[in-house]
Amino acid sequence: MIKLEGVSKTYGAGPTAVHALKNIDLEVPKGAIHGVIGLSGAGKSTLIRCVNLLERPTSGHIIVDGQDLTQQDSEALRQSRHQLGMIFQHFNLLASRTVFDNVALPLELMGVSKGEIRKRVEPLLELTGLTDKATQYPAQLSGGQKQRVAIARALASRPKVLLCDEATSALDPQTTASILELLQDINRKLGLTILLITHEMEVVKSICHRVGLISDGELVEEADVGDFFTAPATRLGREFLNAFLELEPPQALVERLEETPGEHTHPVVRLAFSGANVATPLISRLARDSGVDVSILQAKVESIQGRTLGLMIAELIGTPETTSQALTQLESHDINVEVLGHVQRDA
Amino acid sequence: MSSAMLELIFEATLDTLYMVALSGAVSAVIGIPLGVLLYVTRPGQILAQPVAQRVLGIVTNIGRSIPFIILMVAIIPFTRLVVGSSIGTNAAIVPLIIAAIPFVARLVEGALNEIPPGLIEAAQAMGATPVQIITKVLLPEAKGGIINGLTITVVTLVSYSAMAGAVGGGGLGDLGIRYGYNRFEPLIMLITVAILVVMVQGFQSLGDRLVRKADHK
Repeated sequence: MIKLEGVSKTYGAGPTAVHALKNIDLEVPKGAIHGVIGLSGAGKSTLIRCVNLLERPTSGHIIVDGQDLTQQDSEALRQSRHQLGMIFQHFNLLASRTVFDNVALPLELMGVSKGEIRKRVEPLLELTGLTDKATQYPAQLSGGQKQRVAIARALASRPKVLLCDEATSALDPQTTASILELLQDINRKLGLTILLITHEMEVVKSICHRVGLISDGELVEEADVGDFFTAPATRLGREFLNAFLELEPPQALVERLEETPGEHTHPVVRLAFSGANVATPLISRLARDSGVDVSILQAKVESIQGRTLGLMIAELIGTPETTSQALTQLESHDINVEVLGHVQRDA
Repeated sequence: MSSAMLELIFEATLDTLYMVALSGAVSAVIGIPLGVLLYVTRPGQILAQPVAQRVLGIVTNIGRSIPFIILMVAIIPFTRLVVGSSIGTNAAIVPLIIAAIPFVARLVEGALNEIPPGLIEAAQAMGATPVQIITKVLLPEAKGGIINGLTITVVTLVSYSAMAGAVGGGGLGDLGIRYGYNRFEPLIMLITVAILVVMVQGFQSLGDRLVRKADHK
Protein backbone atom coordinates (compact mmCIF):
# COMPACT_ATOMS: atom_id res chain seq x y z
CA MET A 1 0.00 0.00 0.00
CA ILE A 2 2.83 2.36 0.90
CA LYS A 3 6.23 1.95 -0.67
CA LEU A 4 9.24 4.16 -0.16
CA GLU A 5 12.07 3.59 -2.60
CA GLY A 6 15.46 5.11 -1.90
CA VAL A 7 13.99 8.16 -0.22
CA SER A 8 16.53 10.78 0.83
CA LYS A 9 15.98 14.23 2.20
CA THR A 10 18.74 16.79 2.50
CA TYR A 11 18.35 20.28 3.91
CA GLY A 12 20.78 22.89 2.67
CA ALA A 13 23.85 22.15 0.57
CA GLY A 14 27.59 21.87 0.79
CA PRO A 15 29.42 21.14 4.03
CA THR A 16 26.56 22.44 6.20
CA ALA A 17 23.97 20.21 4.54
CA VAL A 18 21.83 18.14 6.89
CA HIS A 19 20.98 14.66 5.68
CA ALA A 20 17.67 14.07 7.43
CA LEU A 21 16.89 10.86 5.55
CA LYS A 22 19.37 8.58 3.85
CA ASN A 23 18.16 6.20 1.19
CA ILE A 24 15.13 4.81 3.01
CA ASP A 25 13.37 1.74 1.64
CA LEU A 26 10.14 0.84 3.35
CA GLU A 27 7.10 -1.16 2.42
CA VAL A 28 3.83 -1.28 4.32
CA PRO A 29 1.34 -3.89 3.11
CA LYS A 30 -2.38 -3.17 2.92
CA GLY A 31 -4.14 -3.36 6.28
CA ALA A 32 -0.93 -3.35 8.31
CA ILE A 33 -0.07 -1.12 11.24
CA HIS A 34 3.56 -0.20 10.76
CA GLY A 35 5.51 1.72 13.36
CA VAL A 36 8.72 3.65 12.95
CA ILE A 37 10.49 4.36 16.18
CA GLY A 38 13.53 6.48 16.87
CA LEU A 39 15.03 9.09 19.13
CA SER A 40 14.19 12.76 18.60
CA GLY A 41 16.08 14.15 15.66
CA ALA A 42 16.51 10.73 14.06
CA GLY A 43 14.37 11.72 11.06
CA LYS A 44 11.04 10.12 11.98
CA SER A 45 9.02 13.25 11.47
CA THR A 46 10.69 14.02 8.14
CA LEU A 47 10.01 10.45 7.07
CA ILE A 48 6.27 10.54 7.69
CA ARG A 49 5.95 14.04 6.22
CA CYS A 50 7.64 12.78 3.09
CA VAL A 51 4.94 10.15 2.61
CA ASN A 52 2.26 12.73 1.78
CA LEU A 53 4.86 15.12 0.41
CA LEU A 54 4.44 17.79 3.07
CA GLU A 55 8.19 17.51 2.65
CA ARG A 56 9.37 16.76 -0.85
CA PRO A 57 12.11 14.11 -0.80
CA THR A 58 15.40 15.20 -2.36
CA SER A 59 15.47 11.87 -4.20
CA GLY A 60 13.57 8.60 -4.28
CA HIS A 61 9.97 7.59 -4.87
CA ILE A 62 6.85 7.47 -2.72
CA ILE A 63 4.34 4.99 -4.07
CA VAL A 64 0.91 4.85 -2.47
CA ASP A 65 -1.63 2.38 -3.82
CA GLY A 66 0.38 2.04 -7.03
CA GLN A 67 0.66 5.80 -7.65
CA ASP A 68 4.06 7.46 -7.57
CA LEU A 69 3.31 10.68 -5.66
CA THR A 70 6.70 12.18 -6.44
CA GLN A 71 5.81 12.19 -10.15
CA GLN A 72 2.42 13.88 -9.75
CA ASP A 73 1.68 17.53 -10.49
CA SER A 74 0.16 19.63 -7.73
CA GLU A 75 -3.44 18.97 -8.77
CA ALA A 76 -2.97 15.18 -8.92
CA LEU A 77 -1.11 15.30 -5.62
CA ARG A 78 -4.05 17.10 -3.99
CA GLN A 79 -6.33 14.34 -5.20
CA SER A 80 -3.93 11.69 -3.90
CA ARG A 81 -3.81 13.37 -0.51
CA HIS A 82 -7.50 12.56 -0.07
CA GLN A 83 -6.31 8.96 0.12
CA LEU A 84 -3.89 9.80 2.91
CA GLY A 85 -5.41 10.87 6.22
CA MET A 86 -3.02 12.37 8.73
CA ILE A 87 -3.10 13.09 12.44
CA PHE A 88 -0.60 15.14 14.40
CA GLN A 89 0.95 15.39 17.84
CA HIS A 90 -0.74 18.74 18.47
CA PHE A 91 -4.03 17.78 16.78
CA ASN A 92 -4.10 20.85 14.51
CA LEU A 93 -7.84 21.43 14.78
CA LEU A 94 -9.35 24.71 13.65
CA ALA A 95 -10.30 26.69 16.76
CA SER A 96 -12.92 28.59 14.79
CA ARG A 97 -14.89 25.48 13.86
CA THR A 98 -17.07 23.16 15.91
CA VAL A 99 -16.24 19.47 16.19
CA PHE A 100 -18.74 18.72 13.43
CA ASP A 101 -17.34 21.39 11.12
CA ASN A 102 -13.76 20.29 11.76
CA VAL A 103 -14.63 16.76 10.66
CA ALA A 104 -16.54 18.20 7.69
CA LEU A 105 -13.58 20.29 6.50
CA PRO A 106 -11.90 17.74 4.21
CA LEU A 107 -15.29 17.05 2.60
CA GLU A 108 -15.89 20.77 2.05
CA LEU A 109 -12.49 20.95 0.40
CA MET A 110 -13.51 18.12 -1.92
CA GLY A 111 -16.73 19.92 -2.81
CA VAL A 112 -19.08 17.37 -1.23
CA SER A 113 -22.66 18.62 -0.83
CA LYS A 114 -24.03 19.71 2.56
CA GLY A 115 -26.47 16.81 2.83
CA GLU A 116 -23.82 14.27 1.90
CA ILE A 117 -21.42 15.84 4.44
CA ARG A 118 -23.98 15.33 7.20
CA LYS A 119 -24.45 11.72 6.15
CA ARG A 120 -20.73 11.07 6.26
CA VAL A 121 -19.73 13.06 9.35
CA GLU A 122 -22.32 11.63 11.73
CA PRO A 123 -21.14 8.00 11.54
CA LEU A 124 -17.57 9.20 12.04
CA LEU A 125 -18.55 11.07 15.20
CA GLU A 126 -20.22 7.92 16.38
CA LEU A 127 -17.18 5.78 15.57
CA THR A 128 -14.92 8.11 17.54
CA GLY A 129 -17.41 8.56 20.39
CA LEU A 130 -17.98 12.27 19.80
CA THR A 131 -21.68 12.40 18.93
CA ASP A 132 -22.55 14.50 22.00
CA LYS A 133 -19.65 16.89 21.33
CA ALA A 134 -20.66 17.79 17.76
CA THR A 135 -21.48 21.44 18.48
CA GLN A 136 -18.59 22.12 20.86
CA TYR A 137 -15.42 23.97 19.96
CA PRO A 138 -11.94 22.39 20.31
CA ALA A 139 -11.08 24.72 23.21
CA GLN A 140 -13.79 22.97 25.24
CA LEU A 141 -12.30 19.49 24.70
CA SER A 142 -9.61 17.46 26.45
CA GLY A 143 -6.47 16.34 24.60
CA GLY A 144 -7.84 12.86 24.01
CA GLN A 145 -11.12 14.22 22.65
CA LYS A 146 -9.22 16.58 20.36
CA GLN A 147 -7.23 13.68 18.94
CA ARG A 148 -10.49 11.80 18.38
CA VAL A 149 -11.80 14.76 16.39
CA ALA A 150 -8.56 14.76 14.41
CA ILE A 151 -8.95 11.04 13.72
CA ALA A 152 -12.56 11.50 12.60
CA ARG A 153 -11.42 14.36 10.37
CA ALA A 154 -8.62 12.28 8.89
CA LEU A 155 -11.11 9.53 8.06
CA ALA A 156 -13.70 11.83 6.46
CA SER A 157 -12.27 11.62 2.96
CA ARG A 158 -12.31 7.79 3.25
CA PRO A 159 -8.57 7.41 2.93
CA LYS A 160 -6.76 4.14 2.37
CA VAL A 161 -3.87 5.15 4.58
CA LEU A 162 -3.64 6.91 7.92
CA LEU A 163 -0.39 8.65 8.85
CA CYS A 164 0.13 9.27 12.55
CA ASP A 165 2.82 11.79 13.47
CA GLU A 166 3.52 11.24 17.19
CA ALA A 167 -0.24 11.10 17.66
CA THR A 168 -0.14 10.12 21.33
CA SER A 169 3.00 11.96 22.46
CA ALA A 170 1.06 14.87 23.96
CA LEU A 171 -1.35 12.61 25.84
CA ASP A 172 -1.25 10.97 29.26
CA PRO A 173 -0.82 7.16 29.43
CA GLN A 174 -4.50 6.42 29.96
CA THR A 175 -5.63 8.63 27.09
CA THR A 176 -2.84 7.19 24.94
CA ALA A 177 -4.24 3.72 25.55
CA SER A 178 -7.75 4.76 24.51
CA ILE A 179 -6.50 6.48 21.34
CA LEU A 180 -4.41 3.42 20.44
CA GLU A 181 -7.44 1.24 20.96
CA LEU A 182 -9.41 3.48 18.63
CA LEU A 183 -6.69 3.27 15.97
CA GLN A 184 -6.64 -0.51 16.25
CA ASP A 185 -10.40 -0.57 16.01
CA ILE A 186 -10.31 1.53 12.84
CA ASN A 187 -7.59 -0.66 11.38
CA ARG A 188 -9.76 -3.73 11.91
CA LYS A 189 -13.14 -2.27 10.96
CA LEU A 190 -12.08 -0.26 7.93
CA GLY A 191 -9.01 -2.23 6.88
CA LEU A 192 -7.08 1.01 6.96
CA THR A 193 -3.30 0.83 6.53
CA ILE A 194 -1.60 2.79 9.29
CA LEU A 195 1.92 4.18 9.30
CA LEU A 196 2.87 5.76 12.58
CA ILE A 197 5.98 7.30 14.00
CA THR A 198 6.67 7.46 17.69
CA HIS A 199 9.38 7.52 20.27
CA GLU A 200 7.30 5.39 22.63
CA MET A 201 7.85 1.62 22.71
CA GLU A 202 4.47 1.33 24.38
CA VAL A 203 2.79 2.46 21.14
CA VAL A 204 4.71 -0.08 19.08
CA LYS A 205 4.01 -2.81 21.58
CA SER A 206 0.27 -2.12 21.77
CA ILE A 207 -0.78 -1.87 18.15
CA CYS A 208 1.99 -2.28 15.58
CA HIS A 209 2.43 -5.37 13.47
CA ARG A 210 5.84 -4.41 12.18
CA VAL A 211 8.35 -1.88 13.36
CA GLY A 212 11.25 -0.02 11.83
CA LEU A 213 14.00 1.59 13.82
CA ILE A 214 15.37 4.85 12.49
CA SER A 215 18.66 6.34 13.58
CA ASP A 216 20.48 9.32 12.15
CA GLY A 217 18.31 9.29 9.03
CA GLU A 218 18.77 5.60 8.34
CA LEU A 219 16.38 2.73 8.77
CA VAL A 220 18.71 0.47 10.72
CA GLU A 221 16.38 -2.36 11.62
CA GLU A 222 13.00 -3.70 10.61
CA ALA A 223 11.15 -6.63 12.11
CA ASP A 224 7.83 -8.07 13.19
CA VAL A 225 6.97 -6.58 16.54
CA GLY A 226 7.13 -9.93 18.35
CA ASP A 227 10.63 -10.55 17.01
CA PHE A 228 11.76 -7.02 17.74
CA PHE A 229 10.74 -7.35 21.36
CA THR A 230 12.38 -10.76 21.65
CA ALA A 231 15.64 -10.05 19.85
CA PRO A 232 16.39 -6.64 18.44
CA ALA A 233 19.14 -6.90 15.85
CA THR A 234 20.92 -3.66 16.62
CA ARG A 235 22.48 -2.11 19.66
CA LEU A 236 20.05 0.82 19.49
CA GLY A 237 17.16 -1.63 19.29
CA ARG A 238 18.40 -3.33 22.43
CA GLU A 239 18.77 0.01 24.18
CA PHE A 240 15.20 0.92 23.31
CA LEU A 241 13.97 -2.45 24.51
CA ASN A 242 15.94 -2.48 27.73
CA ALA A 243 14.89 1.05 28.58
CA PHE A 244 11.28 0.12 27.89
CA LEU A 245 11.39 -3.09 29.90
CA GLU A 246 13.51 -1.46 32.56
CA LEU A 247 15.57 -4.61 32.27
CA GLU A 248 19.15 -3.65 32.94
CA PRO A 249 21.63 -5.65 34.97
CA PRO A 250 22.38 -4.06 38.35
CA GLN A 251 24.91 -1.24 38.17
CA ALA A 252 27.35 -2.98 40.51
CA LEU A 253 27.42 -5.94 38.14
CA VAL A 254 27.79 -3.82 35.02
CA GLU A 255 30.96 -2.30 36.46
CA ARG A 256 32.44 -5.77 36.92
CA LEU A 257 31.51 -7.05 33.47
CA GLU A 258 34.39 -7.99 31.21
CA GLU A 259 34.05 -8.40 27.50
CA THR A 260 36.15 -11.52 27.12
CA PRO A 261 35.92 -14.62 29.28
CA GLY A 262 38.87 -15.26 31.57
CA GLU A 263 40.04 -18.33 33.37
CA HIS A 264 37.78 -17.88 36.35
CA THR A 265 34.81 -16.06 34.91
CA HIS A 266 31.27 -17.01 34.21
CA PRO A 267 28.85 -15.47 31.74
CA VAL A 268 26.02 -13.05 32.44
CA VAL A 269 23.27 -13.60 29.90
CA ARG A 270 20.08 -11.99 28.80
CA LEU A 271 17.50 -14.60 27.89
CA ALA A 272 14.37 -13.91 25.92
CA PHE A 273 11.89 -16.70 25.46
CA SER A 274 8.45 -16.66 23.98
CA GLY A 275 5.46 -18.87 23.42
CA ALA A 276 5.46 -22.34 24.99
CA ASN A 277 8.92 -21.81 26.48
CA VAL A 278 7.51 -19.33 28.97
CA ALA A 279 5.46 -22.03 30.61
CA THR A 280 8.31 -24.59 30.68
CA PRO A 281 10.49 -24.88 33.80
CA LEU A 282 13.59 -24.27 31.70
CA ILE A 283 15.88 -22.90 34.33
CA SER A 284 15.56 -25.71 36.82
CA ARG A 285 15.88 -28.21 33.98
CA LEU A 286 19.00 -26.37 32.79
CA ALA A 287 20.50 -26.52 36.25
CA ARG A 288 19.78 -30.22 36.48
CA ASP A 289 20.91 -31.23 32.99
CA SER A 290 24.07 -29.17 32.56
CA GLY A 291 25.10 -28.90 36.16
CA VAL A 292 25.41 -25.12 36.18
CA ASP A 293 23.93 -22.96 38.88
CA VAL A 294 21.70 -20.19 37.66
CA SER A 295 21.53 -16.96 39.59
CA ILE A 296 18.59 -14.90 38.38
CA LEU A 297 19.33 -11.17 38.59
CA GLN A 298 16.17 -9.86 36.98
CA ALA A 299 13.16 -11.37 35.30
CA LYS A 300 10.00 -10.17 33.68
CA VAL A 301 7.06 -11.49 31.71
CA GLU A 302 5.47 -9.23 29.09
CA SER A 303 2.50 -9.79 26.86
CA ILE A 304 3.08 -8.38 23.38
CA GLN A 305 0.15 -8.63 21.01
CA GLY A 306 -1.06 -11.90 22.45
CA ARG A 307 2.45 -13.36 22.52
CA THR A 308 3.89 -13.96 25.95
CA LEU A 309 7.48 -12.95 26.28
CA GLY A 310 9.75 -13.90 29.15
CA LEU A 311 12.90 -11.93 29.79
CA MET A 312 15.64 -12.66 32.22
CA ILE A 313 19.09 -11.55 33.18
CA ALA A 314 21.00 -14.36 34.83
CA GLU A 315 24.47 -15.39 35.79
CA LEU A 316 25.49 -18.93 34.83
CA ILE A 317 27.82 -20.35 37.43
CA GLY A 318 29.90 -23.35 36.42
CA THR A 319 33.04 -24.44 34.64
CA PRO A 320 33.72 -23.08 31.12
CA GLU A 321 32.63 -26.46 29.73
CA THR A 322 29.37 -26.68 31.62
CA THR A 323 28.39 -23.08 30.99
CA SER A 324 29.01 -23.34 27.26
CA GLN A 325 27.01 -26.56 27.25
CA ALA A 326 24.23 -24.73 29.07
CA LEU A 327 24.22 -21.95 26.46
CA THR A 328 23.97 -24.49 23.65
CA GLN A 329 21.09 -26.15 25.44
CA LEU A 330 19.26 -22.83 25.82
CA GLU A 331 19.72 -21.98 22.15
CA SER A 332 18.45 -25.39 21.10
CA HIS A 333 15.19 -24.54 22.87
CA ASP A 334 14.74 -21.54 20.63
CA ILE A 335 15.66 -19.12 23.33
CA ASN A 336 17.33 -15.87 22.36
CA VAL A 337 20.57 -15.72 24.30
CA GLU A 338 22.71 -12.62 24.51
CA VAL A 339 25.92 -12.80 26.49
CA LEU A 340 26.23 -9.43 28.22
CA GLY A 341 29.71 -10.14 29.56
CA HIS A 342 31.67 -12.14 32.06
CA VAL A 343 32.29 -11.68 35.74
CA GLN A 344 35.10 -12.94 37.95
CA ARG A 345 33.98 -15.79 40.11
CA ASP A 346 35.45 -14.53 43.34
CA ALA A 347 34.88 -10.85 42.91
CA MET B 1 -25.35 77.87 23.08
CA SER B 2 -27.26 78.75 19.96
CA SER B 3 -29.22 76.18 18.00
CA ALA B 4 -27.09 77.07 14.96
CA MET B 5 -24.03 76.05 16.93
CA LEU B 6 -25.63 72.76 17.98
CA GLU B 7 -26.50 72.07 14.37
CA LEU B 8 -22.91 72.76 13.44
CA ILE B 9 -21.67 70.26 16.03
CA PHE B 10 -24.19 67.69 14.87
CA GLU B 11 -23.13 68.06 11.26
CA ALA B 12 -19.46 67.89 12.16
CA THR B 13 -20.09 64.67 14.07
CA LEU B 14 -21.82 63.15 11.05
CA ASP B 15 -18.96 64.31 8.84
CA THR B 16 -16.43 62.59 11.09
CA LEU B 17 -18.47 59.38 11.19
CA TYR B 18 -18.79 59.52 7.41
CA MET B 19 -15.05 59.96 6.92
CA VAL B 20 -14.17 57.20 9.37
CA ALA B 21 -16.77 54.77 8.05
CA LEU B 22 -15.95 55.22 4.39
CA SER B 23 -12.17 55.28 4.78
CA GLY B 24 -12.38 52.37 7.24
CA ALA B 25 -14.48 50.28 4.85
CA VAL B 26 -12.36 50.98 1.77
CA SER B 27 -9.06 50.43 3.59
CA ALA B 28 -10.40 47.12 4.98
CA VAL B 29 -11.47 45.96 1.52
CA ILE B 30 -8.01 46.69 0.14
CA GLY B 31 -5.92 46.20 3.28
CA ILE B 32 -7.15 42.72 4.24
CA PRO B 33 -6.24 41.11 0.90
CA LEU B 34 -2.94 42.99 0.98
CA GLY B 35 -2.22 41.63 4.47
CA VAL B 36 -3.09 38.11 3.30
CA LEU B 37 -0.78 38.59 0.32
CA LEU B 38 2.05 39.79 2.56
CA TYR B 39 1.62 36.61 4.60
CA VAL B 40 1.11 33.91 1.98
CA THR B 41 3.96 35.10 -0.25
CA ARG B 42 6.56 34.85 2.51
CA PRO B 43 9.38 32.38 1.95
CA GLY B 44 8.19 28.89 2.84
CA GLN B 45 4.53 29.91 2.79
CA ILE B 46 1.78 28.48 0.60
CA LEU B 47 2.32 30.95 -2.27
CA ALA B 48 5.96 31.83 -1.58
CA GLN B 49 7.20 34.72 -3.74
CA PRO B 50 10.19 36.01 -1.76
CA VAL B 51 11.13 38.84 -4.15
CA ALA B 52 7.60 40.18 -4.64
CA GLN B 53 7.04 39.83 -0.89
CA ARG B 54 10.11 41.97 -0.16
CA VAL B 55 8.98 44.67 -2.57
CA LEU B 56 5.45 44.64 -1.18
CA GLY B 57 6.80 44.82 2.35
CA ILE B 58 8.99 47.82 1.53
CA VAL B 59 6.12 49.68 -0.15
CA THR B 60 3.92 48.96 2.87
CA ASN B 61 6.59 50.25 5.23
CA ILE B 62 7.00 53.44 3.23
CA GLY B 63 3.25 53.99 3.43
CA ARG B 64 3.38 53.49 7.16
CA SER B 65 6.36 55.73 7.79
CA ILE B 66 5.05 58.91 6.17
CA PRO B 67 3.45 61.14 8.87
CA PHE B 68 -0.23 61.56 8.13
CA ILE B 69 -0.10 65.33 8.11
CA ILE B 70 2.62 65.24 5.43
CA LEU B 71 0.90 62.54 3.43
CA MET B 72 -2.28 64.61 3.37
CA VAL B 73 -0.53 67.58 1.84
CA ALA B 74 1.79 65.60 -0.40
CA ILE B 75 -0.98 63.78 -2.26
CA ILE B 76 -3.16 66.83 -2.87
CA PRO B 77 -2.76 66.56 -6.68
CA PHE B 78 -3.86 62.94 -6.52
CA THR B 79 -6.79 63.81 -4.24
CA ARG B 80 -7.86 66.54 -6.62
CA LEU B 81 -7.72 64.04 -9.47
CA VAL B 82 -9.94 61.56 -7.58
CA VAL B 83 -12.57 63.77 -5.94
CA GLY B 84 -12.14 67.00 -7.92
CA SER B 85 -11.27 69.08 -4.87
CA SER B 86 -8.58 69.25 -2.25
CA ILE B 87 -10.73 70.53 0.59
CA GLY B 88 -13.78 69.12 2.33
CA THR B 89 -14.83 65.80 3.75
CA ASN B 90 -14.50 63.80 0.54
CA ALA B 91 -11.05 65.21 -0.06
CA ALA B 92 -10.00 64.11 3.44
CA ILE B 93 -11.13 60.55 2.79
CA VAL B 94 -8.50 59.96 0.09
CA PRO B 95 -5.41 60.43 2.33
CA LEU B 96 -7.21 58.62 5.16
CA ILE B 97 -7.61 55.57 2.93
CA ILE B 98 -4.03 55.77 1.68
CA ALA B 99 -2.74 55.96 5.25
CA ALA B 100 -4.99 53.19 6.58
CA ILE B 101 -4.34 50.56 3.87
CA PRO B 102 -0.76 49.67 4.92
CA PHE B 103 -1.84 49.96 8.56
CA VAL B 104 -4.63 47.40 8.06
CA ALA B 105 -2.34 45.20 5.96
CA ARG B 106 0.32 44.94 8.68
CA LEU B 107 -2.26 44.28 11.40
CA VAL B 108 -3.87 41.54 9.28
CA GLU B 109 -0.47 40.04 8.58
CA GLY B 110 0.20 40.08 12.32
CA ALA B 111 -3.13 38.37 13.02
CA LEU B 112 -2.33 35.64 10.47
CA ASN B 113 1.06 35.21 12.10
CA GLU B 114 -0.69 34.01 15.24
CA ILE B 115 -2.12 30.96 13.47
CA PRO B 116 -0.18 27.80 14.38
CA PRO B 117 1.66 26.64 11.23
CA GLY B 118 0.38 23.14 11.93
CA LEU B 119 -3.11 24.18 10.83
CA ILE B 120 -1.89 25.12 7.37
CA GLU B 121 0.03 21.88 7.19
CA ALA B 122 -3.05 19.90 8.21
CA ALA B 123 -5.07 21.61 5.47
CA GLN B 124 -2.35 20.86 2.92
CA ALA B 125 -2.35 17.23 4.04
CA MET B 126 -6.12 17.21 3.33
CA GLY B 127 -5.46 18.33 -0.22
CA ALA B 128 -6.54 21.96 0.17
CA THR B 129 -5.67 24.45 -2.57
CA PRO B 130 -3.94 27.69 -1.56
CA VAL B 131 -7.20 29.59 -2.10
CA GLN B 132 -9.05 27.10 0.11
CA ILE B 133 -6.38 27.47 2.77
CA ILE B 134 -6.93 31.24 2.72
CA THR B 135 -10.72 31.14 2.79
CA LYS B 136 -11.29 28.09 5.01
CA VAL B 137 -8.33 28.24 7.37
CA LEU B 138 -6.45 31.53 7.47
CA LEU B 139 -9.29 34.06 7.44
CA PRO B 140 -11.68 32.20 9.79
CA GLU B 141 -8.88 31.37 12.23
CA ALA B 142 -7.58 34.95 12.24
CA LYS B 143 -11.06 36.49 12.37
CA GLY B 144 -10.75 37.69 15.97
CA GLY B 145 -7.31 39.16 15.32
CA ILE B 146 -8.46 40.84 12.13
CA ILE B 147 -11.48 42.42 13.85
CA ASN B 148 -9.15 43.59 16.59
CA GLY B 149 -6.88 45.14 13.97
CA LEU B 150 -9.80 46.86 12.25
CA THR B 151 -10.91 48.29 15.60
CA ILE B 152 -7.46 49.77 16.12
CA THR B 153 -7.61 51.13 12.57
CA VAL B 154 -11.00 52.78 13.11
CA VAL B 155 -9.84 54.39 16.33
CA THR B 156 -6.72 55.66 14.57
CA LEU B 157 -8.91 56.96 11.73
CA VAL B 158 -10.99 58.95 14.23
CA SER B 159 -7.90 60.81 15.34
CA TYR B 160 -6.50 61.12 11.79
CA SER B 161 -9.83 62.51 10.59
CA ALA B 162 -9.60 65.18 13.27
CA MET B 163 -6.16 66.04 11.92
CA ALA B 164 -7.67 66.38 8.48
CA GLY B 165 -9.67 69.24 9.96
CA ALA B 166 -6.48 71.26 10.15
CA VAL B 167 -6.34 71.49 6.37
CA GLY B 168 -10.03 72.17 5.89
CA GLY B 169 -11.16 68.56 5.84
CA GLY B 170 -14.41 69.09 7.72
CA GLY B 171 -15.66 67.13 10.71
CA LEU B 172 -15.09 67.52 14.43
CA GLY B 173 -11.41 68.34 14.14
CA ASP B 174 -12.18 71.15 11.73
CA LEU B 175 -14.83 72.49 14.09
CA GLY B 176 -12.54 72.30 17.10
CA ILE B 177 -9.77 74.18 15.32
CA ARG B 178 -11.95 76.88 13.77
CA TYR B 179 -14.23 77.62 16.72
CA GLY B 180 -12.41 76.26 19.71
CA TYR B 181 -8.91 77.41 18.79
CA ASN B 182 -9.12 80.25 16.27
CA ARG B 183 -12.12 81.96 17.86
CA PHE B 184 -11.08 80.90 21.34
CA GLU B 185 -14.31 79.23 22.41
CA PRO B 186 -13.16 76.66 24.96
CA LEU B 187 -16.65 75.15 25.29
CA ILE B 188 -16.72 74.17 21.62
CA MET B 189 -13.25 72.67 21.95
CA LEU B 190 -14.37 70.71 24.97
CA ILE B 191 -17.51 69.42 23.29
CA THR B 192 -15.69 68.24 20.15
CA VAL B 193 -13.09 66.45 22.25
CA ALA B 194 -15.83 64.87 24.39
CA ILE B 195 -17.65 63.61 21.32
CA LEU B 196 -14.41 62.13 19.94
CA VAL B 197 -13.76 60.38 23.26
CA VAL B 198 -17.24 58.88 23.30
CA MET B 199 -16.84 57.81 19.67
CA VAL B 200 -13.54 56.05 20.34
CA GLN B 201 -14.96 54.30 23.41
CA GLY B 202 -17.95 53.19 21.38
CA PHE B 203 -15.87 51.78 18.54
CA GLN B 204 -13.51 50.04 20.94
CA SER B 205 -16.22 48.28 22.94
CA LEU B 206 -18.09 47.31 19.77
CA GLY B 207 -14.84 45.87 18.42
CA ASP B 208 -14.12 44.01 21.64
CA ARG B 209 -17.57 42.49 21.61
CA LEU B 210 -17.15 41.30 18.01
CA VAL B 211 -13.72 39.82 18.81
CA ARG B 212 -15.20 37.87 21.73
CA LYS B 213 -17.92 36.54 19.47
CA ALA B 214 -15.44 35.50 16.79
CA ASP B 215 -12.94 33.84 19.10
CA HIS B 216 -13.50 30.33 20.34
CA LYS B 217 -10.08 29.97 21.87
